[in-house]
Amino acid sequence: MERNEEKPNGSSHTISLLVENKPGVLHRIAGLFSRRGYNISSLTVGPTERPDYSRMTIVVLLSTKTVEQVVRQVQKLVPVVEVRELSPQDLIERELMLVKIRTPERNHAELRALAETYEATIVDVSPDALVVEASGNAGKLDALEDRLRAFGIQEVCRSGRIALERGFKTLAPPSLK
Amino acid sequence: MAKEKITGAMAVRRALEAEGVEYVFGMPGGTILPIYDAMFGCVKPQQVLIRHEQVGGHAAEGFALATGRTGVCFGTSGPGATNLVTAIADAYMDSVPLVAITGNVATSLIGSDAFQEADITGITMPITKHNWLVTDVKDLPRILKEAFYIARTGRPGPVLVDIPKDIQNTEFEFEYPDSVSIPGYHPPVREEPRLKDAATLVRGASRPLIYLGGGVRTAGAHAEVAAFAELIGAPVVTTLHGKGAFPETSPQCLGMFGMHGSKFANFAVQNSDLLIALGARFDDRVTGKLSTFAPEAKVIHLDVDPAEISKLVTATVPLVGDLKRLLPQLTEEVRRLFAAQGRPDLEPWLKRVEAWREKHPMKYTQVGQKYLLPQYVIEAIWKKTGGKAVVTTGVGEHQMFAAQWWKTSGPRQFITSGGLGTMGFCLPAAIGIQLGRPGELVIGIDGDGSFQMTLQDLATARDLNLPIKIFILNNLFLGMVRQWQELFYENRFAQTPLSDCPDFVKLADAYGCLGLRARTVEELDQVIDQALANDSGPTIIDVRVRRQEKVFPMVPAGAPLNDMIDGE
Repeated sequence: MERNEEKPNGSSHTISLLVENKPGVLHRIAGLFSRRGYNISSLTVGPTERPDYSRMTIVVLLSTKTVEQVVRQVQKLVPVVEVRELSPQDLIERELMLVKIRTPERNHAELRALAETYEATIVDVSPDALVVEASGNAGKLDALEDRLRAFGIQEVCRSGRIALERGFKTLAPPSLK
Repeated sequence: MAKEKITGAMAVRRALEAEGVEYVFGMPGGTILPIYDAMFGCVKPQQVLIRHEQVGGHAAEGFALATGRTGVCFGTSGPGATNLVTAIADAYMDSVPLVAITGNVATSLIGSDAFQEADITGITMPITKHNWLVTDVKDLPRILKEAFYIARTGRPGPVLVDIPKDIQNTEFEFEYPDSVSIPGYHPPVREEPRLKDAATLVRGASRPLIYLGGGVRTAGAHAEVAAFAELIGAPVVTTLHGKGAFPETSPQCLGMFGMHGSKFANFAVQNSDLLIALGARFDDRVTGKLSTFAPEAKVIHLDVDPAEISKLVTATVPLVGDLKRLLPQLTEEVRRLFAAQGRPDLEPWLKRVEAWREKHPMKYTQVGQKYLLPQYVIEAIWKKTGGKAVVTTGVGEHQMFAAQWWKTSGPRQFITSGGLGTMGFCLPAAIGIQLGRPGELVIGIDGDGSFQMTLQDLATARDLNLPIKIFILNNLFLGMVRQWQELFYENRFAQTPLSDCPDFVKLADAYGCLGLRARTVEELDQVIDQALANDSGPTIIDVRVRRQEKVFPMVPAGAPLNDMIDGE
């Protein structure tokens, strides 16, 4: 039988939470993760279809077994209405990225072409710097960031992942539907 | 309840009255003054003035653990609130229903580093089931209703309600709600119990063992556990908080297992092929080295908290729910299966367990010893009282001696700080226990180090004329640490010897309590009688015990459970 002493290496998991929009909720959730030693890769929080609830998307690098434990621990927090690991197959995930690049004007055309390939846009241009905006899944943004490095990245700002499941499934409990 | 126009402070009183609270343990201070003023002259709940807020918290815990009802404590802002932290953490670890209410500086001052300001909701977030900072008096009735509901339901635990002073002074239309509606809180949980799978495991096991934790006490499921154990016929082991979940006076019970459990109980665990864990959480003090814990055992884990399932030991069959409701269903399922397929033959297993018990009994020898042995002292008190007492302890060697030698026969007879291991728990808990169970004999088994952490509240016990009897097993050491230093640090007794100060008999006298001392078997015999005869107030008994006596058997931290040392 299994004794859960040694924690095996983890993989990326996306956990979605519907929480009451009240002061201190983020503190409670972040505190639980740090107290129990669960590493957060990214965390986003924002408004939902109802003003009194927020949705959080947390990406963690953990073993599947530990993720089950995380979900159960998070579920115990009173302001957490619903929490679930989203299955990778049914996942629509997006992330927003802004990248500031310091590069001579002669490179701008090449940059524009690159941005287009990644469906990114250039949202600010000054004589020797510009800002690229891109969205998509993490892999696409990683690739774009990688390509942009050659031009001289000054700053990168990524939003962290947001995610929903495909189809009719929602996270809201019946009482809120 | 009809509406009335009152202040926030009076709303607190109305809520406590509506919840049927009997005692509030606390101490007033600047920011909780309006609440104390509202409580002035209140008969029920009765205010108990403690001398340190930590004591108020532990007394409320003692009350809760002795009665099964929710304990309530008050503290003022800043240091009053932070003094509560240890007690709240203790209640969190041991799943004790506790409502802590604190005053805070006025909302206009919050965040300004005002005098006696502390972010107590921030501080207690990781050690409460939930907490609230009240920012609008209109929320107060709902919050108080939710606080009591959350504290006592599901896996119980502490909650804290922080009420700024201006909120306490604000008038509003008060109405106490009849029910709660919390979208994110729905105990017990909604998983389908796999009773048939569990019953199949029970039927298929040849070396089953029933492992009882504090959840049995919380659920009040003693009768249900007894019925289950009788049907299965498997030996029973308990945790520290499982003491009293099953009569230790029964031959079916092997008593406590784990770090200071008996050898026979630990051997039984390690050799079992099915562990039936009821209201228990596989704490490191019972499992020893986790990877070697009960290596051949499958696990049925019944607990009200889904997060405990497969946290440390993967459950073969998890059963999430209320023990009192679920266990009888499992018993019935097993009964049906036994009726259809016959019972498993446990005789060879029971014989093996019996052989371990005979070969490795718990033992000590007082005869021939110059000094009193703590084990003997505990047995002597047990014999004089017939075990008919509620026992509480501090934390340390005396606690483990008490756990080993005080045999409980029923529920809520052994109340101790298990998870957090809080020294100084004994006296405060004894105060709360005696108030909760006024007619009963309350005995504290404490250590000299532990007692000195909260001794100022002898004043509280004296004020209330509580006939508690605290036996201090005095070895002039921080004994458990000393034991580790002797075993693992080459007798380097860094900061563990305690001086012969204070004189506990004089101290008792100074507090208006009866103070007694025993150094020999004869003196002990006498002072136990004297203590038991004193009903007029607290009795403090300074029992001088052999300084070098250690708690055995012992599983060193991080060692396998069957790897016990016994000092021979």
